[in-house]
Amino acid sequence: MKLSAKIATTLAASAVAVAQVASAGTLDDVKARGELKCGVSGGVPGFSAPDDAGRMQGIDAAVCDAIAAAVLGDASKVTFIPLTAKERFTALASGEVDVLSRNTTHTLTREASLGLNFTYYNYIDGQGFMVMKDSGIKSTLELDGASICVQAGTTTELNMADYFRNNNMSFTPVGYETSTQTREGFEGGACDVLTSDKSQLAALSTEMKVGPEGVTILPETISKEPLGPVVRQGDDQWMDIVAMTLYALINAEELGITSSNIDSLKANPGNPNIARLVGTEGNMGELLGLGADWSYNAIKQVGNYGEIYERTVAKIGIPRAGSVNDLWTRGGILYAPPIR
Amino acid sequence: MTERTRVPLHRDPKFRALIIQVLALGLVVYGFYSLFQTTVDNLVARGIQTGTSFFDEVAPFQIGFSPFFDYKLGESTYIDVFFVGIQNTILVAVLGIVAATILGFFIGVIRLSPNWLISRGALAYIEIFRNVPLLLQIMFWNFAIFLPSLPAPKNSIELGAFYLNARGFHTPLPVIENSTGFGIWIALLAILCLGLVVFAKRAKARFEETGQQLPVGLISLATIVGGGYILYLIAGSPLIFDEPVLGRFNFKGGGQLPLPLFSLWFALTLYTAAFIAENVRAGIQSVSHGQNEAAHALGLSRKDTVRLVTIPQALRVIIPPTISQYLNLTKNSSLAVAVGYEELVAVWAGITLNQTGQALVIIGMTVAVYECLSLFTSFVLNWYNKRIQLTER
Repeated sequence: MKLSAKIATTLAASAVAVAQVASAGTLDDVKARGELKCGVSGGVPGFSAPDDAGRMQGIDAAVCDAIAAAVLGDASKVTFIPLTAKERFTALASGEVDVLSRNTTHTLTREASLGLNFTYYNYIDGQGFMVMKDSGIKSTLELDGASICVQAGTTTELNMADYFRNNNMSFTPVGYETSTQTREGFEGGACDVLTSDKSQLAALSTEMKVGPEGVTILPETISKEPLGPVVRQGDDQWMDIVAMTLYALINAEELGITSSNIDSLKANPGNPNIARLVGTEGNMGELLGLGADWSYNAIKQVGNYGEIYERTVAKIGIPRAGSVNDLWTRGGILYAPPIR
Repeated sequence: MTERTRVPLHRDPKFRALIIQVLALGLVVYGFYSLFQTTVDNLVARGIQTGTSFFDEVAPFQIGFSPFFDYKLGESTYIDVFFVGIQNTILVAVLGIVAATILGFFIGVIRLSPNWLISRGALAYIEIFRNVPLLLQIMFWNFAIFLPSLPAPKNSIELGAFYLNARGFHTPLPVIENSTGFGIWIALLAILCLGLVVFAKRAKARFEETGQQLPVGLISLATIVGGGYILYLIAGSPLIFDEPVLGRFNFKGGGQLPLPLFSLWFALTLYTAAFIAENVRAGIQSVSHGQNEAAHALGLSRKDTVRLVTIPQALRVIIPPTISQYLNLTKNSSLAVAVGYEELVAVWAGITLNQTGQALVIIGMTVAVYECLSLFTSFVLNWYNKRIQLTER
């Protein structure tokens, strides 16, 4: 009897504790902790995958590095938490991570019903299909009746269903938990086709035994997949910080600020736009609740968007020039609001 | 007659116990209530919508394996997904329980074999499969053994009209062609079975009267198989077989046992059989040796001793722990998501949860389903257990 009363008290107390966690500001939490908790996929080369030293590398991981640099002044103060597609939103909503940077597609349902806010996009993708080269398949319209490996619970699964329905074709899904498993299933012959965002297909093909030469990524792109960092709803300051950090990286590239020339530009900015971004003019950091060198730290320690792209996504064989992920000034659609 | 002294209410231990229990229960209920209320408040505060209105929405994804329900992309709703998930969970649980029982019984018996090699072999089996995590075993069989060793559909292994490849096992499926003929066949079969029941009763009566035994089981089996086939021909062969045919990618038509189901079934069976084997061994060893000696003294044959003396007594020890193994097997089937089998946790607590975000409702329903399945299994087996328990006079 005593025990059950104890349990009841504990339960009631934990319920109160849950209520308190919800109201605290994420920025204060991160500062107090001295560390940013970042949800990533952890298994997609180019986006987030551990390198030889065990450090998470990729364009998604770099976003978190930049946020940590902006908020804490040190890009290495990030704890990466690998999440499956299924876990990611719950992990964010429950406060297990401060920001979710896990190639997550921005959709209305997610924005409106999950208590999340999408900020901006660090990679704009589209869904495609990959087959073994020796199958001789040249177009997705030849895929009627195929078995298709897919990561369960993603927008990919929905786009595929829509696409096949639209084209009056049938298919059998083979749904796995992680993208690594989809690759293993595809390699082992559990399915004829592997579907995912095209960047992921390229990344996964580099890990296959037959290599990128042994497979064909079919030309059709069947969906829009704007991927970017996500935060909890109801903490506008934190949302601004995440979005503005990403904008700062893009603006830095547009203004020609790189991690190597930022120090000389800081000493002698010339252009007032550059001066604001390196923190010698205006009070941009203060407005966000951060130090004046927030964007300086991010660019200095992580690099501008172009530098990040070159050392991450470009490495898995996806060239940037002229693609949607190029700057708006060079024919892409990457367009960040001015930092002023 | 002595007069009972009246105890004041606050000193009456029964009354005090009641009050304290009511209070404790109240606290627990309140605890759960406030937990629930806080959760709902927090969900509302964070703008997370919750409810059951998504049940009737059309599910926007495809499900590959649904043997008994018709799942149609673009028509089936989320609640259909729920039922498809339950169906696939029950399917693999039933398959697994049957196979694990047979295998476990066999291993348990040979574990006690006087042959050193055989009994050590059984011991090695038990220790290996009992001590390796199940998820690892499932992934091992699927990704390391079956997928690499089985051929692509074009080079399937042919066994008559059966085909085996990396997608699974494809079989011909009987389809009723002539429903009148099928009805006649079923009616004739029923008459045949009725006849066999009468025959079994007669044989038993004869055994009790004269002590002469007839191999009733063997005769019945032969009659059902042979007679059933003759009756099938008499009824005009009402079934046709839908044979699997190789299409562009894989076999179409016929029945299919998909590889994920097979891998899961295989792993669950091997794993659970190791535990059941230990239960069986314990059960058999619990029957005292004197029982066997007594049976021999009465002149029972070795077979009859096992059938009539050892097994009935051993079952009393075997059944209770085996019930929990059945329950474990059912719950362990939720590891299926690792190999892509579409059971409840994969399609409902996985895909549907992720597409709708309705964690509270979906997880609640999933818990309820496992709870019901477990309670149902225990109920049936406890009833059986009660029936075979020693009736003390």
